[in-house]
Amino acid sequence: MQNAYEGGTLVAIVAGIVGYFVILRRSSFAAHSLSHIGFAGAAGAAVLGVNPVYGLLLFSTVGGTSMAVLSPRAAHRDVSIGLVLAFLLGTGALFLTLYVGSDAELAYSILFGEILAISNNWSQPLSCGGLCGVQLTAIASVILLAAVAIVYRPLLFASLDEEVAEAKGLPTAQLGIVFMLLIAVATSIAVQVVGVLLIFSLMVTPAAIAQQLAKTPIRALIISVAVALIATWLGLFIAFFTLYPVSFYITTIVFVLYIVVRFTKPAMNKRGVRRVVP
Amino acid sequence: MISTDNTGSDSAAISAENLGAGYGGNSVWRNASFDIGRGEFVAIIGPNGAGKTTLFRLLLGLLQPLSGRLEILREVPRRGNPKIGYVPQSHAIDSDTNIAAIELVRLGFSGSKWGFGLFHQEDRDAAAEALRAVGALDLADRSLGQLSGGELQRIFLAEALVSNPDILLLDEPLSNLDIRRENDLIQLVNKIVRTRKVTALLIAHHINPLLPYLDRVVYMANGKVATGKPTDVLTGPNLSELYGVRIEVLHDSRGNLAIVGIEDTQDEHET
Repeated sequence: MQNAYEGGTLVAIVAGIVGYFVILRRSSFAAHSLSHIGFAGAAGAAVLGVNPVYGLLLFSTVGGTSMAVLSPRAAHRDVSIGLVLAFLLGTGALFLTLYVGSDAELAYSILFGEILAISNNWSQPLSCGGLCGVQLTAIASVILLAAVAIVYRPLLFASLDEEVAEAKGLPTAQLGIVFMLLIAVATSIAVQVVGVLLIFSLMVTPAAIAQQLAKTPIRALIISVAVALIATWLGLFIAFFTLYPVSFYITTIVFVLYIVVRFTKPAMNKRGVRRVVP
Repeated sequence: MISTDNTGSDSAAISAENLGAGYGGNSVWRNASFDIGRGEFVAIIGPNGAGKTTLFRLLLGLLQPLSGRLEILREVPRRGNPKIGYVPQSHAIDSDTNIAAIELVRLGFSGSKWGFGLFHQEDRDAAAEALRAVGALDLADRSLGQLSGGELQRIFLAEALVSNPDILLLDEPLSNLDIRRENDLIQLVNKIVRTRKVTALLIAHHINPLLPYLDRVVYMANGKVATGKPTDVLTGPNLSELYGVRIEVLHDSRGNLAIVGIEDTQDEHET
């Protein structure tokens, strides 16, 4: 249980931060796709008998890089994301057929998350190669946060004003690849908590709440992480005393928060609604 | 003649000689030779697809010339030249973008620096100064998504000015503005050109609102480029040669020009 809190805390911090850039760059579809692609990778890892997290990481990073390389401009990326998603999900179908084990729980935990499984080697029959659960999550989180700290201002600039950033000499195409890799690593570790299908609850909803509440990137990042943390801790706490899955509580908490913020905000902000159409 | 050319390029902000541009070997325009002096206010006029933005891409070092020579502040154009401030035609800002205007202007100052920059606040002071210069200090904390078209153009202008450039490249900043805001923005650019000795190149569709302020006009059409003082370039014979059809330039009592014979060709096709 302690491992679950540690792992969940790391995941919430990482997802809250990367999620803000996902919102800013309008890349929800990319985040969604990379988590699904990760499922194919996890299935492939299961076929080979290795830790599913490695499959997740491999597939989502390869998928993310392909998407960024196929369309260097973030604005025109939908088609290439769809192409890569369909192809790699197809391999996932193949891997599921090849997987001869009878571990239905594995597929379920990848799809819907099972953070309590972080405490052990994710799926016990599978070998872990030395790095498992919280350890692996911690290493991935530290690398990811260091990367965000380095690219922070250029990535922010390229997300808000790509053409000016490019003219100022920033490598916007390479930043696009770095951003996709950030999403890939963040989704791979977040899947352990909320699963492939519910990734938005930690990667998008907290950041969407933050963007409603804060107008400066630093404040938005702090709120986004705080919301992800509260939802994860509260979800784990409630799940511990009930029979139902953590991911259900987390998705419900962030959704309710979003609705509350969304529909109480216009009252606070009425003065700014003016929009002059030229 | 040769000696005046030489003095011209010494004080030139931009100097082109037999310059040709295009994409993938396909020429957009060629044989353009002109000098633009420091501190000039220049309009670039021409129909869609004439290669106006292409000239900006050359100056920004985002595109290499197909032929000829181009110098900007006596250097070969290169990407990331801090002496150039650029306002592109399109931005990713929409009504959902809930970020304070000053944050964007700050990025114009420090957005190309790596690292988190948590303890550096000089970009905030520079951003406030740039916002004051465009008369938009009161918009600093407003959300970008809630600003009007004219307010946004001021913010983009501040974003370009914040690094204290010698040259401003403005790609159709007037296109979504009503007549009053159009006039406000032209006067603002003119004030910046005159007080800060900045050279401004402004791409526009209509010459008339700009005429009282311009030092020079660059006219592009049919793969050709003509430059000079507005009164010299915008004449019937000149434009007729440029476009290859007969064109008349009419003057009204207030000094406005009407160019007859090109601007309506698209409409005539439809009828």
